[in-house]
Amino acid sequence: MSEQTPQRVPPSPTPDPSTRGFWEAAKQGKLLIGRNTRTGKVHYPPRPICPFDDEGEVEYVPASGEGTIYSFSVMRAKVPYAIAYVELAEGPRVMTNIVNGDFDALRIGQKVKLTFVPSEGDGQPVPMFTPA
Amino acid sequence: MSIRGKACIVGAYEHPTRKAEDKSTAQLHAEVALGALRDAGLTRKDVDGYFCAGDAPGMGPLSMADYLGLDRLRHVDSTDVGGCSYLLHVAHAAEAIALGKCNVALITLAGRPRSEGVATGTAPRAGNPAQPDVQFEYPYGAAIANMYAMCAMRHMHEYGTTSEQLAWIKVAASHHAQHNEHAMLRKVVTVEDVLNSPLVADPLHRLDCCVISDGGGALVVTKPEIARTLKRPIVSVRGAGEAVKHTMGGTIDLTYTGARFAGARAFEEAGVKPSDIKYASIYDSFTITVLMQLEDLGFCEKGEGGKFVADGNLISGVGKLPFNTDGGGLCNNHPANRGGITKVIEAVRQLRGEAHPAVQVKNCDLALAHGTGGSLGTRHGSATLVLERE
Repeated sequence: MSEQTPQRVPPSPTPDPSTRGFWEAAKQGKLLIGRNTRTGKVHYPPRPICPFDDEGEVEYVPASGEGTIYSFSVMRAKVPYAIAYVELAEGPRVMTNIVNGDFDALRIGQKVKLTFVPSEGDGQPVPMFTPA
Repeated sequence: MSIRGKACIVGAYEHPTRKAEDKSTAQLHAEVALGALRDAGLTRKDVDGYFCAGDAPGMGPLSMADYLGLDRLRHVDSTDVGGCSYLLHVAHAAEAIALGKCNVALITLAGRPRSEGVATGTAPRAGNPAQPDVQFEYPYGAAIANMYAMCAMRHMHEYGTTSEQLAWIKVAASHHAQHNEHAMLRKVVTVEDVLNSPLVADPLHRLDCCVISDGGGALVVTKPEIARTLKRPIVSVRGAGEAVKHTMGGTIDLTYTGARFAGARAFEEAGVKPSDIKYASIYDSFTITVLMQLEDLGFCEKGEGGKFVADGNLISGVGKLPFNTDGGGLCNNHPANRGGITKVIEAVRQLRGEAHPAVQVKNCDLALAHGTGGSLGTRHGSATLVLERE
Protein backbone atom coordinates (compact mmCIF):
# COMPACT_ATOMS: atom_id res chain seq x y z
CA MET A 1 0.00 0.00 0.00
CA SER A 2 1.16 2.90 -0.81
CA GLU A 3 1.73 6.36 -0.88
CA GLN A 4 -0.52 6.93 -3.87
CA THR A 5 -3.67 5.96 -2.05
CA PRO A 6 -5.20 9.12 -0.62
CA GLN A 7 -5.39 8.96 3.14
CA ARG A 8 -8.11 10.60 5.16
CA VAL A 9 -6.85 13.52 7.24
CA PRO A 10 -8.52 13.29 10.66
CA PRO A 11 -10.24 16.35 12.11
CA SER A 12 -8.35 17.78 15.05
CA PRO A 13 -9.45 16.69 18.52
CA THR A 14 -10.58 19.34 21.00
CA PRO A 15 -8.74 18.66 24.30
CA ASP A 16 -10.34 19.60 27.61
CA PRO A 17 -8.58 20.42 30.89
CA SER A 18 -8.52 16.74 31.87
CA THR A 19 -7.10 15.47 28.57
CA ARG A 20 -4.42 18.03 27.74
CA GLY A 21 -1.80 15.64 29.11
CA PHE A 22 -3.09 12.87 26.85
CA TRP A 23 -2.76 14.99 23.73
CA GLU A 24 0.61 16.44 24.78
CA ALA A 25 1.89 12.88 25.25
CA ALA A 26 0.63 12.05 21.74
CA LYS A 27 3.02 14.73 20.45
CA GLN A 28 5.81 12.71 22.12
CA GLY A 29 4.61 9.50 20.45
CA LYS A 30 2.90 8.07 23.52
CA LEU A 31 -0.60 6.63 23.89
CA LEU A 32 -1.72 7.09 27.49
CA ILE A 33 -4.23 4.88 29.24
CA GLY A 34 -5.71 5.33 32.71
CA ARG A 35 -4.53 3.08 35.54
CA ASN A 36 -6.05 2.82 39.01
CA THR A 37 -3.11 3.00 41.43
CA ARG A 38 -4.99 0.90 43.98
CA THR A 39 -6.45 -1.86 41.84
CA GLY A 40 -4.04 -1.71 38.90
CA LYS A 41 -7.00 -1.89 36.54
CA VAL A 42 -6.55 0.05 33.30
CA HIS A 43 -9.20 1.90 31.28
CA TYR A 44 -9.66 3.90 28.09
CA PRO A 45 -10.32 6.67 27.20
CA PRO A 46 -8.37 7.84 30.26
CA ARG A 47 -10.24 10.03 32.75
CA PRO A 48 -9.41 11.40 36.21
CA ILE A 49 -12.07 9.26 37.89
CA CYS A 50 -11.73 5.48 37.48
CA PRO A 51 -14.81 4.07 35.71
CA PHE A 52 -14.55 0.77 37.61
CA ASP A 53 -13.81 1.49 41.26
CA ASP A 54 -14.65 4.26 43.72
CA GLU A 55 -11.34 3.81 45.51
CA GLY A 56 -7.91 4.71 44.15
CA GLU A 57 -6.29 7.49 42.16
CA VAL A 58 -5.90 7.38 38.40
CA GLU A 59 -2.47 7.74 36.84
CA TYR A 60 -1.90 8.02 33.11
CA VAL A 61 0.57 5.43 31.84
CA PRO A 62 1.85 4.81 28.30
CA ALA A 63 0.59 1.75 26.45
CA SER A 64 3.12 -0.52 24.76
CA GLY A 65 1.57 0.23 21.37
CA GLU A 66 0.92 -3.41 20.57
CA GLY A 67 -2.56 -4.69 19.93
CA THR A 68 -4.92 -6.80 17.86
CA ILE A 69 -7.98 -5.84 15.83
CA TYR A 70 -11.17 -6.56 17.83
CA SER A 71 -13.45 -5.35 15.03
CA PHE A 72 -13.28 -3.01 12.06
CA SER A 73 -15.22 -1.59 9.13
CA VAL A 74 -14.11 0.12 5.96
CA MET A 75 -16.30 3.15 5.28
CA ARG A 76 -16.82 3.36 1.54
CA ALA A 77 -16.58 7.15 1.51
CA LYS A 78 -14.99 9.28 -1.22
CA VAL A 79 -11.73 8.72 0.64
CA PRO A 80 -12.31 5.28 2.21
CA TYR A 81 -11.07 4.73 5.75
CA ALA A 82 -10.95 1.86 8.19
CA ILE A 83 -12.37 2.40 11.63
CA ALA A 84 -11.59 -0.20 14.27
CA TYR A 85 -11.57 -1.16 17.88
CA VAL A 86 -8.07 -2.36 18.69
CA GLU A 87 -7.53 -4.42 21.82
CA LEU A 88 -4.32 -3.19 23.40
CA ALA A 89 -1.84 -5.66 24.88
CA GLU A 90 -2.76 -4.05 28.24
CA GLY A 91 -6.45 -4.93 27.72
CA PRO A 92 -8.55 -1.90 26.80
CA ARG A 93 -10.35 -1.78 23.45
CA VAL A 94 -9.73 1.60 21.85
CA MET A 95 -11.49 3.20 18.94
CA THR A 96 -9.02 4.06 16.20
CA ASN A 97 -8.23 3.92 12.50
CA ILE A 98 -6.09 1.35 10.74
CA VAL A 99 -3.79 3.12 8.30
CA ASN A 100 -1.11 2.19 5.80
CA GLY A 101 -2.54 -1.22 5.16
CA ASP A 102 -4.47 -3.07 2.48
CA PHE A 103 -8.08 -2.64 3.58
CA ASP A 104 -9.08 -5.89 1.85
CA ALA A 105 -6.52 -7.80 3.93
CA LEU A 106 -7.74 -6.56 7.33
CA ARG A 107 -8.84 -9.33 9.68
CA ILE A 108 -10.19 -9.56 13.20
CA GLY A 109 -7.36 -10.79 15.42
CA GLN A 110 -4.69 -9.26 13.20
CA LYS A 111 -1.68 -7.82 15.05
CA VAL A 112 -1.27 -4.06 14.77
CA LYS A 113 1.08 -1.45 16.19
CA LEU A 114 0.74 2.15 17.24
CA THR A 115 1.44 5.04 14.90
CA PHE A 116 0.47 8.70 14.86
CA VAL A 117 -1.23 10.66 12.10
CA PRO A 118 -1.28 14.48 12.01
CA SER A 119 -4.75 15.99 12.11
CA GLU A 120 -6.19 19.01 10.32
CA GLY A 121 -5.20 22.49 11.37
CA ASP A 122 -2.40 22.43 13.92
CA GLY A 123 -1.36 18.90 13.02
CA GLN A 124 -2.03 17.48 16.50
CA PRO A 125 -0.92 13.84 16.22
CA VAL A 126 -3.76 11.34 16.65
CA PRO A 127 -3.00 7.78 17.78
CA MET A 128 -3.79 5.20 15.10
CA PHE A 129 -2.64 1.69 14.23
CA THR A 130 -0.97 0.00 11.31
CA PRO A 131 -0.47 -3.71 10.52
CA ALA A 132 2.42 -5.05 12.60
CA MET B 1 -44.91 -1.42 42.70
CA SER B 2 -45.50 -2.34 39.09
CA ILE B 3 -46.97 -0.46 36.13
CA ARG B 4 -48.68 -3.63 34.97
CA GLY B 5 -52.26 -2.79 34.09
CA LYS B 6 -51.92 0.80 35.32
CA ALA B 7 -51.90 2.54 31.92
CA CYS B 8 -53.31 2.11 28.42
CA ILE B 9 -52.35 3.44 24.99
CA VAL B 10 -55.57 4.96 23.66
CA GLY B 11 -54.28 7.16 20.85
CA ALA B 12 -51.73 6.44 18.13
CA TYR B 13 -51.01 8.38 14.98
CA GLU B 14 -48.30 8.19 12.33
CA HIS B 15 -47.82 11.15 10.01
CA PRO B 16 -48.34 10.09 6.38
CA THR B 17 -45.62 12.40 5.06
CA ARG B 18 -42.20 11.07 4.19
CA LYS B 19 -40.93 14.40 2.80
CA ALA B 20 -42.15 17.58 4.44
CA GLU B 21 -40.40 20.39 2.58
CA ASP B 22 -43.19 22.86 3.32
CA LYS B 23 -43.74 22.08 7.01
CA SER B 24 -41.74 23.04 10.07
CA THR B 25 -40.61 20.51 12.67
CA ALA B 26 -42.86 22.14 15.29
CA GLN B 27 -45.80 21.96 12.89
CA LEU B 28 -45.20 18.23 12.37
CA HIS B 29 -45.18 17.74 16.16
CA ALA B 30 -48.48 19.60 16.37
CA GLU B 31 -50.06 17.63 13.53
CA VAL B 32 -49.16 14.27 15.06
CA ALA B 33 -50.32 15.44 18.49
CA LEU B 34 -53.75 16.32 17.14
CA GLY B 35 -53.84 13.10 15.13
CA ALA B 36 -53.23 10.92 18.19
CA LEU B 37 -55.70 12.86 20.36
CA ARG B 38 -58.35 12.59 17.63
CA ASP B 39 -57.66 8.85 17.40
CA ALA B 40 -58.24 8.57 21.15
CA GLY B 41 -61.34 10.75 21.16
CA LEU B 42 -59.64 13.30 23.43
CA THR B 43 -58.61 16.94 23.07
CA ARG B 44 -55.70 19.09 24.09
CA LYS B 45 -57.69 20.23 27.11
CA ASP B 46 -57.47 16.66 28.43
CA VAL B 47 -53.66 16.56 28.29
CA ASP B 48 -51.93 17.06 31.65
CA GLY B 49 -48.69 15.21 30.88
CA TYR B 50 -46.34 15.89 27.96
CA PHE B 51 -43.35 13.83 26.84
CA CYS B 52 -40.86 14.61 24.09
CA ALA B 53 -37.15 14.09 23.33
CA GLY B 54 -34.29 15.76 21.51
CA ASP B 55 -36.13 16.04 18.19
CA ALA B 56 -38.57 18.53 19.77
CA PRO B 57 -37.26 22.01 19.05
CA GLY B 58 -36.59 24.18 22.08
CA MET B 59 -35.57 23.63 25.68
CA GLY B 60 -36.92 20.24 26.72
CA PRO B 61 -40.72 20.33 26.49
CA LEU B 62 -41.05 24.12 26.87
CA SER B 63 -41.27 25.39 23.30
CA MET B 64 -43.55 22.59 22.15
CA ALA B 65 -45.85 22.97 25.16
CA ASP B 66 -46.10 26.67 24.27
CA TYR B 67 -46.58 26.06 20.51
CA LEU B 68 -49.21 23.38 21.15
CA GLY B 69 -51.00 25.56 23.69
CA LEU B 70 -50.88 22.86 26.37
CA ASP B 71 -51.98 24.86 29.41
CA ARG B 72 -52.90 22.15 31.92
CA LEU B 73 -49.56 20.36 32.22
CA ARG B 74 -48.63 19.07 35.63
CA HIS B 75 -46.05 16.51 34.53
CA VAL B 76 -43.36 16.75 31.82
CA ASP B 77 -40.49 14.47 30.83
CA SER B 78 -37.97 15.12 28.05
CA THR B 79 -35.68 12.16 28.70
CA ASP B 80 -33.58 11.67 25.57
CA VAL B 81 -31.95 8.36 24.83
CA GLY B 82 -32.13 8.77 21.07
CA GLY B 83 -34.44 6.73 18.90
CA CYS B 84 -35.94 4.61 21.67
CA SER B 85 -36.89 7.60 23.85
CA TYR B 86 -40.59 7.23 23.03
CA LEU B 87 -40.84 3.64 24.23
CA LEU B 88 -39.24 4.79 27.43
CA HIS B 89 -41.72 7.70 27.52
CA VAL B 90 -44.60 5.22 27.41
CA ALA B 91 -43.09 3.47 30.43
CA HIS B 92 -42.45 6.75 32.26
CA ALA B 93 -45.97 7.94 31.42
CA ALA B 94 -47.35 4.72 32.87
CA GLU B 95 -45.31 5.33 36.04
CA ALA B 96 -46.57 8.91 36.32
CA ILE B 97 -50.16 7.82 35.72
CA ALA B 98 -49.84 5.02 38.29
CA LEU B 99 -48.65 7.59 40.83
CA GLY B 100 -51.42 10.04 39.96
CA LYS B 101 -48.98 12.63 38.62
CA CYS B 102 -50.99 12.94 35.40
CA ASN B 103 -54.03 11.35 33.78
CA VAL B 104 -53.57 11.90 30.05
CA ALA B 105 -50.02 11.81 28.68
CA LEU B 106 -49.15 12.97 25.17
CA ILE B 107 -45.91 11.80 23.51
CA THR B 108 -44.70 13.34 20.24
CA LEU B 109 -41.86 12.78 17.79
CA ALA B 110 -41.23 14.58 14.50
CA GLY B 111 -38.42 15.68 12.26
CA ARG B 112 -37.37 16.38 8.70
CA PRO B 113 -33.83 15.06 8.09
CA ARG B 114 -34.74 14.15 4.51
CA SER B 115 -35.74 17.70 3.60
CA GLU B 116 -32.71 19.01 5.42
CA GLY B 117 -30.40 16.72 3.43
CA VAL B 118 -28.84 15.05 6.46
CA ALA B 119 -26.39 12.23 5.63
CA THR B 120 -27.57 10.41 8.71
CA GLY B 121 -25.57 7.20 8.60
CA THR B 122 -22.35 8.12 6.87
CA ALA B 123 -21.38 11.61 8.05
CA PRO B 124 -19.39 11.69 11.30
CA ARG B 125 -20.94 14.26 13.65
CA ALA B 126 -18.64 16.58 15.56
CA GLY B 127 -20.96 16.81 18.56
CA ASN B 128 -20.37 18.94 21.61
CA PRO B 129 -16.68 18.97 22.61
CA ALA B 130 -17.73 18.85 26.27
CA GLN B 131 -19.11 15.38 25.57
CA PRO B 132 -16.15 13.42 26.95
CA ASP B 133 -16.09 10.77 24.22
CA VAL B 134 -16.07 13.13 21.22
CA GLN B 135 -12.32 13.79 21.14
CA PHE B 136 -11.66 10.03 21.23
CA GLU B 137 -14.12 9.16 18.47
CA TYR B 138 -14.76 12.04 16.07
CA PRO B 139 -11.17 12.18 14.73
CA TYR B 140 -11.59 8.55 13.61
CA GLY B 141 -14.68 9.19 11.51
CA ALA B 142 -17.09 7.42 13.82
CA ALA B 143 -20.48 7.67 12.13
CA ILE B 144 -23.64 5.63 12.58
CA ALA B 145 -23.15 3.12 9.76
CA ASN B 146 -19.56 2.12 10.54
CA MET B 147 -20.34 1.67 14.25
CA TYR B 148 -23.15 -0.81 13.53
CA ALA B 149 -20.95 -2.35 10.84
CA MET B 150 -18.31 -3.15 13.47
CA CYS B 151 -21.00 -4.93 15.50
CA ALA B 152 -21.94 -6.96 12.42
CA MET B 153 -18.30 -7.76 11.68
CA ARG B 154 -17.67 -9.03 15.20
CA HIS B 155 -20.95 -10.96 15.30
CA MET B 156 -19.99 -12.69 12.04
CA HIS B 157 -16.56 -13.47 13.48
CA GLU B 158 -17.87 -14.99 16.72
CA TYR B 159 -21.02 -16.70 15.51
CA GLY B 160 -20.63 -17.25 11.78
CA THR B 161 -23.51 -14.91 10.94
CA THR B 162 -23.65 -14.20 7.20
CA SER B 163 -24.63 -11.29 4.97
CA GLU B 164 -27.30 -13.54 3.45
CA GLN B 165 -28.91 -14.01 6.86
CA LEU B 166 -28.86 -10.27 7.51
CA ALA B 167 -30.42 -9.69 4.10
CA TRP B 168 -33.43 -11.82 5.08
CA ILE B 169 -34.38 -9.11 7.57
CA LYS B 170 -34.66 -6.55 4.78
CA VAL B 171 -36.50 -9.07 2.62
CA ALA B 172 -39.10 -9.58 5.37
CA ALA B 173 -39.54 -5.82 5.90
CA SER B 174 -40.03 -5.32 2.18
CA HIS B 175 -42.71 -8.04 2.07
CA HIS B 176 -44.63 -6.01 4.63
CA ALA B 177 -43.94 -2.58 3.12
CA GLN B 178 -45.52 -3.54 -0.21
CA HIS B 179 -48.90 -3.25 1.53
CA ASN B 180 -48.19 0.15 3.12
CA GLU B 181 -49.18 2.96 0.76
CA HIS B 182 -47.07 5.44 2.73
CA ALA B 183 -43.87 3.36 2.81
CA MET B 184 -40.81 4.85 1.12
CA LEU B 185 -39.64 1.50 -0.28
CA ARG B 186 -42.57 -0.66 -1.39
CA LYS B 187 -40.75 -2.94 -3.80
CA VAL B 188 -40.27 -6.49 -2.58
CA VAL B 189 -36.55 -7.26 -2.59
CA THR B 190 -34.60 -10.52 -2.57
CA VAL B 191 -31.51 -11.60 -0.67
CA GLU B 192 -29.56 -11.08 -3.90
CA ASP B 193 -30.86 -7.50 -4.21
CA VAL B 194 -29.49 -6.73 -0.76
CA LEU B 195 -26.13 -8.37 -1.43
CA ASN B 196 -25.83 -6.63 -4.79
CA SER B 197 -26.49 -3.18 -3.34
CA PRO B 198 -23.31 -1.15 -2.78
CA LEU B 199 -21.32 -1.53 0.42
CA VAL B 200 -21.76 1.45 2.73
CA ALA B 201 -19.53 0.24 5.57
CA ASP B 202 -18.28 -3.35 5.37
CA PRO B 203 -20.12 -5.67 5.85
CA LEU B 204 -23.29 -3.56 5.62
CA HIS B 205 -24.80 -2.83 2.21
CA ARG B 206 -27.06 0.05 1.34
CA LEU B 207 -30.12 -2.18 1.68
CA ASP B 208 -29.00 -3.24 5.17
CA CYS B 209 -29.63 0.38 6.21
CA CYS B 210 -32.90 2.09 7.12
CA VAL B 211 -34.38 4.91 5.08
CA ILE B 212 -33.94 8.61 5.82
CA SER B 213 -37.37 10.19 6.06
CA ASP B 214 -39.32 13.14 7.37
CA GLY B 215 -42.43 12.58 9.43
CA GLY B 216 -43.42 11.80 12.96
CA GLY B 217 -45.81 10.10 15.28
CA ALA B 218 -47.62 10.55 18.56
CA LEU B 219 -49.16 8.46 21.33
CA VAL B 220 -51.71 9.11 24.05
CA VAL B 221 -51.43 7.15 27.29
CA THR B 222 -54.04 7.26 30.03
CA LYS B 223 -55.36 5.35 33.03
CA PRO B 224 -57.70 2.37 32.57
CA GLU B 225 -60.67 4.25 34.08
CA ILE B 226 -60.48 6.87 31.32
CA ALA B 227 -59.59 4.33 28.62
CA ARG B 228 -62.83 2.43 29.29
CA THR B 229 -64.88 5.56 28.60
CA LEU B 230 -63.35 5.91 25.11
CA LYS B 231 -64.43 4.12 21.96
CA ARG B 232 -61.09 2.61 20.95
CA PRO B 233 -59.89 -0.93 21.69
CA ILE B 234 -57.86 -0.94 24.90
CA VAL B 235 -54.14 -1.62 24.64
CA SER B 236 -52.66 -2.04 28.08
CA VAL B 237 -49.03 -1.63 29.14
CA ARG B 238 -48.21 -4.97 30.73
CA GLY B 239 -44.49 -4.55 31.31
CA ALA B 240 -41.59 -2.24 30.54
CA GLY B 241 -37.83 -2.28 30.84
CA GLU B 242 -35.01 0.12 30.11
CA ALA B 243 -31.24 -0.12 30.12
CA VAL B 244 -28.09 1.73 29.14
CA LYS B 245 -25.04 0.01 27.68
CA HIS B 246 -21.75 1.77 26.87
CA THR B 247 -18.04 1.30 26.26
CA MET B 248 -17.43 0.33 29.88
CA GLY B 249 -13.99 1.85 30.24
CA GLY B 250 -12.60 0.04 27.24
CA THR B 251 -14.24 -3.36 27.77
CA ILE B 252 -17.00 -2.94 25.17
CA ASP B 253 -18.45 -6.15 23.74
CA LEU B 254 -19.99 -5.43 20.34
CA THR B 255 -21.92 -8.69 20.09
CA TYR B 256 -24.81 -7.85 22.38
CA THR B 257 -27.12 -4.92 23.14
CA GLY B 258 -28.91 -3.41 26.12
CA ALA B 259 -31.95 -5.42 25.03
CA ARG B 260 -30.48 -8.22 27.13
CA PHE B 261 -31.36 -6.19 30.25
CA ALA B 262 -34.32 -4.07 29.09
CA GLY B 263 -36.07 -7.11 27.64
CA ALA B 264 -35.55 -9.26 30.73
CA ARG B 265 -36.98 -6.48 32.92
CA ALA B 266 -40.03 -6.04 30.69
CA PHE B 267 -40.74 -9.78 30.47
CA GLU B 268 -40.40 -10.12 34.23
CA GLU B 269 -42.83 -7.29 34.91
CA ALA B 270 -45.28 -8.62 32.33
CA GLY B 271 -45.00 -12.17 33.60
CA VAL B 272 -44.67 -13.56 30.07
CA LYS B 273 -41.90 -15.06 27.96
CA PRO B 274 -40.71 -14.45 24.39
CA SER B 275 -42.60 -17.48 23.05
CA ASP B 276 -45.87 -15.88 24.22
CA ILE B 277 -45.39 -12.85 21.94
CA LYS B 278 -47.59 -12.87 18.82
CA TYR B 279 -46.08 -9.81 17.12
CA ALA B 280 -42.84 -7.86 17.65
CA SER B 281 -41.82 -4.36 16.60
CA ILE B 282 -38.02 -4.40 16.63
CA TYR B 283 -35.89 -1.31 16.08
CA ASP B 284 -34.35 -1.62 12.64
CA SER B 285 -31.85 1.12 11.97
CA PHE B 286 -29.85 -1.64 10.27
CA THR B 287 -30.45 -5.33 9.68
CA ILE B 288 -27.81 -6.19 12.30
CA THR B 289 -29.72 -4.12 14.88
CA VAL B 290 -32.70 -6.45 14.50
CA LEU B 291 -30.66 -9.63 14.62
CA MET B 292 -28.79 -8.74 17.80
CA GLN B 293 -31.87 -7.44 19.60
CA LEU B 294 -33.87 -10.57 18.76
CA GLU B 295 -31.15 -12.67 20.37
CA ASP B 296 -30.85 -10.39 23.38
CA LEU B 297 -34.63 -10.29 23.92
CA GLY B 298 -34.56 -14.09 24.07
CA PHE B 299 -36.45 -14.96 20.87
CA CYS B 300 -33.54 -17.28 20.09
CA GLU B 301 -30.23 -18.30 21.66
CA LYS B 302 -27.27 -15.90 21.47
CA GLY B 303 -25.49 -16.46 18.19
CA GLU B 304 -28.48 -18.17 16.58
CA GLY B 305 -30.00 -14.93 15.26
CA GLY B 306 -28.80 -15.57 11.73
CA LYS B 307 -30.61 -18.89 11.51
CA PHE B 308 -33.67 -17.41 13.25
CA VAL B 309 -34.22 -14.59 10.77
CA ALA B 310 -33.49 -16.61 7.62
CA ASP B 311 -36.00 -18.10 5.20
CA GLY B 312 -38.79 -15.66 5.91
CA ASN B 313 -39.21 -16.38 9.62
CA LEU B 314 -40.04 -12.71 10.26
CA ILE B 315 -42.66 -12.44 7.48
CA SER B 316 -46.26 -12.19 8.67
CA GLY B 317 -48.25 -15.27 7.67
CA VAL B 318 -45.07 -17.15 6.74
CA GLY B 319 -42.71 -17.24 9.70
CA LYS B 320 -42.93 -17.77 13.45
CA LEU B 321 -42.32 -14.17 14.53
CA PRO B 322 -44.00 -11.50 12.39
CA PHE B 323 -42.06 -8.25 12.85
CA ASN B 324 -42.39 -4.63 11.70
CA THR B 325 -45.49 -5.22 9.62
CA ASP B 326 -45.56 -1.57 8.51
CA GLY B 327 -42.23 -2.10 6.73
CA GLY B 328 -40.29 -0.65 9.66
CA GLY B 329 -37.40 1.75 9.41
CA LEU B 330 -35.84 -0.45 6.74
CA CYS B 331 -38.66 0.28 4.25
CA ASN B 332 -41.41 2.49 5.68
CA ASN B 333 -39.96 5.48 7.52
CA HIS B 334 -37.51 6.63 10.18
CA PRO B 335 -38.80 10.07 11.12
CA ALA B 336 -36.25 12.41 12.74
CA ASN B 337 -33.77 9.50 12.42
CA ARG B 338 -35.63 8.01 15.38
CA GLY B 339 -37.70 4.90 14.85
CA GLY B 340 -39.04 4.40 18.36
CA ILE B 341 -42.53 5.79 18.14
CA THR B 342 -43.43 4.00 14.91
CA LYS B 343 -42.49 0.74 16.65
CA VAL B 344 -45.16 1.37 19.28
CA ILE B 345 -47.70 2.59 16.73
CA GLU B 346 -47.53 -0.57 14.62
CA ALA B 347 -47.75 -2.75 17.74
CA VAL B 348 -50.89 -0.83 18.72
CA ARG B 349 -52.34 -1.37 15.24
CA GLN B 350 -51.68 -5.10 15.50
CA LEU B 351 -53.27 -5.36 18.94
CA ARG B 352 -56.32 -3.39 17.77
CA GLY B 353 -56.61 -5.56 14.66
CA GLU B 354 -56.05 -2.47 12.53
CA ALA B 355 -52.90 -3.46 10.69
CA HIS B 356 -53.17 -3.96 6.92
CA PRO B 357 -55.22 -7.15 6.37
CA ALA B 358 -52.36 -8.70 4.41
CA VAL B 359 -50.06 -8.48 7.42
CA GLN B 360 -52.47 -8.53 10.38
CA VAL B 361 -51.51 -11.26 12.85
CA LYS B 362 -54.48 -13.44 13.81
CA ASN B 363 -55.65 -13.20 17.43
CA CYS B 364 -52.92 -10.74 18.21
CA ASP B 365 -53.42 -10.19 21.93
CA LEU B 366 -49.81 -9.84 23.12
CA ALA B 367 -47.12 -7.78 21.40
CA LEU B 368 -43.65 -6.48 22.10
CA ALA B 369 -42.05 -3.22 21.00
CA HIS B 370 -38.33 -2.72 21.44
CA GLY B 371 -36.02 0.15 20.61
CA THR B 372 -32.40 1.21 20.64
CA GLY B 373 -31.21 4.80 20.77
CA GLY B 374 -27.69 6.08 20.25
CA SER B 375 -25.14 3.68 18.84
CA LEU B 376 -24.63 -0.03 19.40
CA GLY B 377 -20.96 0.59 18.57
CA THR B 378 -20.43 2.91 21.53
CA ARG B 379 -23.27 3.82 23.91
CA HIS B 380 -26.99 3.33 23.66
CA GLY B 381 -30.27 3.24 25.48
CA SER B 382 -32.64 0.29 25.20
CA ALA B 383 -36.33 0.22 25.95
CA THR B 384 -38.82 -2.65 25.80
CA LEU B 385 -42.61 -2.62 26.14
CA VAL B 386 -44.89 -5.62 26.47
CA LEU B 387 -48.39 -4.57 25.38
CA GLU B 388 -51.63 -6.51 25.51
CA ARG B 389 -55.16 -6.14 24.21
CA GLU B 390 -57.76 -6.20 26.93
